[in-house]
Amino acid sequence: MTADPKGVLTGIHFLDGDFACAEGCLAAGARFAAGYPITPSTEVVERFAQRIPLVGGTFIQMEDELAASIAIQGAVWAGAKAFTVTSGPGFSLMMEHIGYAAMTETPCVFVNVQRGGPSTGLPTLPAQADMMQARWGSHGDYEIIALSPSSPQECFDLTIRAFNLSEQYRTPVLLMMDECVGHMTEKVVIPPAEEIEIYPRRLTNKPPEAFQPYETDGDLVPEMVHAGMGYRFHITGLTHDERGYPAMSPVAQDKLIRRITAKIRNAAERISMREEEGIDGAEVVVVSYGITARVAQRSIELARRKGVRVGKLRLLTVWPFPDWRVREIAKQVKAFVVPELNMGQIAREVERASCGAARTVPVPHAGGTVHRPEQILEAILEAAK
Amino acid sequence: MAELEVIPENPVEQFLRMERIPHIWCAGCGIGTSVNCFARALIESKVDLDKVAIVSGIGCTGRVAGYLKLDSFHTTHGRAIPFATGLKLANPKLKVIVYSGDGDLFAIGGNHFIHAARRNLDLVIICVNNLIYAMTGGQVAPTTPISALSSTTPYGCYEPPFNLPQLAEAAGATYVARWTTFHVRQLARSMKEALNKEGFSFIEIISPCPTLYQRRNRMGDGLDAMKFYKQRSKIRNGAPTSEVAFDINSDIIVGKFVDRTRPTLLGTMHHQLRERLGEKYACVEEVACH
Repeated sequence: MTADPKGVLTGIHFLDGDFACAEGCLAAGARFAAGYPITPSTEVVERFAQRIPLVGGTFIQMEDELAASIAIQGAVWAGAKAFTVTSGPGFSLMMEHIGYAAMTETPCVFVNVQRGGPSTGLPTLPAQADMMQARWGSHGDYEIIALSPSSPQECFDLTIRAFNLSEQYRTPVLLMMDECVGHMTEKVVIPPAEEIEIYPRRLTNKPPEAFQPYETDGDLVPEMVHAGMGYRFHITGLTHDERGYPAMSPVAQDKLIRRITAKIRNAAERISMREEEGIDGAEVVVVSYGITARVAQRSIELARRKGVRVGKLRLLTVWPFPDWRVREIAKQVKAFVVPELNMGQIAREVERASCGAARTVPVPHAGGTVHRPEQILEAILEAAK
Repeated sequence: MAELEVIPENPVEQFLRMERIPHIWCAGCGIGTSVNCFARALIESKVDLDKVAIVSGIGCTGRVAGYLKLDSFHTTHGRAIPFATGLKLANPKLKVIVYSGDGDLFAIGGNHFIHAARRNLDLVIICVNNLIYAMTGGQVAPTTPISALSSTTPYGCYEPPFNLPQLAEAAGATYVARWTTFHVRQLARSMKEALNKEGFSFIEIISPCPTLYQRRNRMGDGLDAMKFYKQRSKIRNGAPTSEVAFDINSDIIVGKFVDRTRPTLLGTMHHQLRERLGEKYACVEEVACH
């Protein structure tokens, strides 16, 4: 199906990434948001709070991020598409409810406009240091989808993609922005509603007596119902059976956890979005995402002028990580260079996925600003030796 | 040949997921009694059962949602109220009840309780107060009376407990009542009133935990608890909530303490947005899924 035109502000705009994200939420069909103010993410919900009464829906500012991250899930089970927005400290508080959404298979979107950490860290300055927290932050075993935009335009586009993936796989999806992308103002093109593809909620056609909340057919993703539809269903964060009832046994645990991890793992190639350029024949490939990919672009150009054959692998989908692609590339190149605004998080993934076939050269940065292109250039030149 | 006597179905069975019975609650526990009262209140309140949603947190009372044959959500520890907030705001046609315990609602979830009461969102909050964390083995709670024994206050509790009705009233609840599980008729009536009332309603149910509270404090079994409640309870409808705190030696003041009207969150939201946006306000009855 295509987008509901009520939420789509078709046209050419000059927007920052936070505002573009809010417009992406509206275009994707989100009609409920709950949030708690935190720099540098607050503009997303400020924009949403201004726009949603004109579109039809609700914003509520909750008492903390724990409340915001579960209020959205109540709204989803009542029939809305919903999201919340935060940054570092708030993201830490939301971890429990990312787990709840994974366990109960509640489609929803969490936006994290990353800032420097740990703790209160650098509220107004960028980092990309929550990438592993995005993957592993909630306790227990689950798979996650996380996207990383590099521009306000991508904040809009990937927000829609995040909602669509959350509905398709019935999973929380994380949009991992950063302060630079969030506060950078650029041209954002919002297409007409009929050009925006929307993945509809997987509501069941079965009558109540034939419906079980966690019964699945071949594709591992169960169908949903909403409260008030007459199904009188039960949802729990406890390990549960197909009926949605608590089932405290290793057998039930094994069945459930294997399914909720497999539904993402098996689809990893379909979920993965990458921008690749100049990889064939490259000696070195720069792997980057978010704002750092834009700095790395300059470094790649400088290295090419010096005669180094450099390829670019930009991750728009960071999780699930494209192991298969990195493994293929590793067989053809000398080294990967991985600049990121953290002390080496995705670099570990690159090293793992390359299985020793190519060297991994991290270019760590503690955040607060972006890399200088020369820093990454130096690493490329070193890696090409 | 004598005809077989037909045993009439228990009227509350229609509200229970009978395939999940027997439940996990101990003999003498008061939670089941409260659920029985709730089922009777549902019948009498004549609410549309397909539009009723029940939300629980974690703990012994947190299991209530799982036994009720309604749209039911067993959420995370302390967060039943914010989950219910999202549910109600996205579909205001739902009658949303939060059914949870004292530790869940007033320790880990205390902040959510006061904010939901302040907003006066249309929710019914039912708190089974057994004075202890029972599911985890009888630890001290923010409701445990001074000097009572628990597994983490082995020499007696030395923190004062919350006076829950006073807390609820001060935060903005429009309906506040307290009963014990001895007062089944009064409790069912209060539940019915709360179900039919707009705004944030709060019912505290003093309830026995024979396994972890009474045994440790040498108070006997479930039946002894009923005798104790009968002997110690004083019905004082309309009592100032500042006077209903109880400790280990005092009377248990029960009754309906608060029944008032305040503008509800949804009412003030629509009013404010209409006032500022006029015709441009896209007021929706139900947040649809596009």
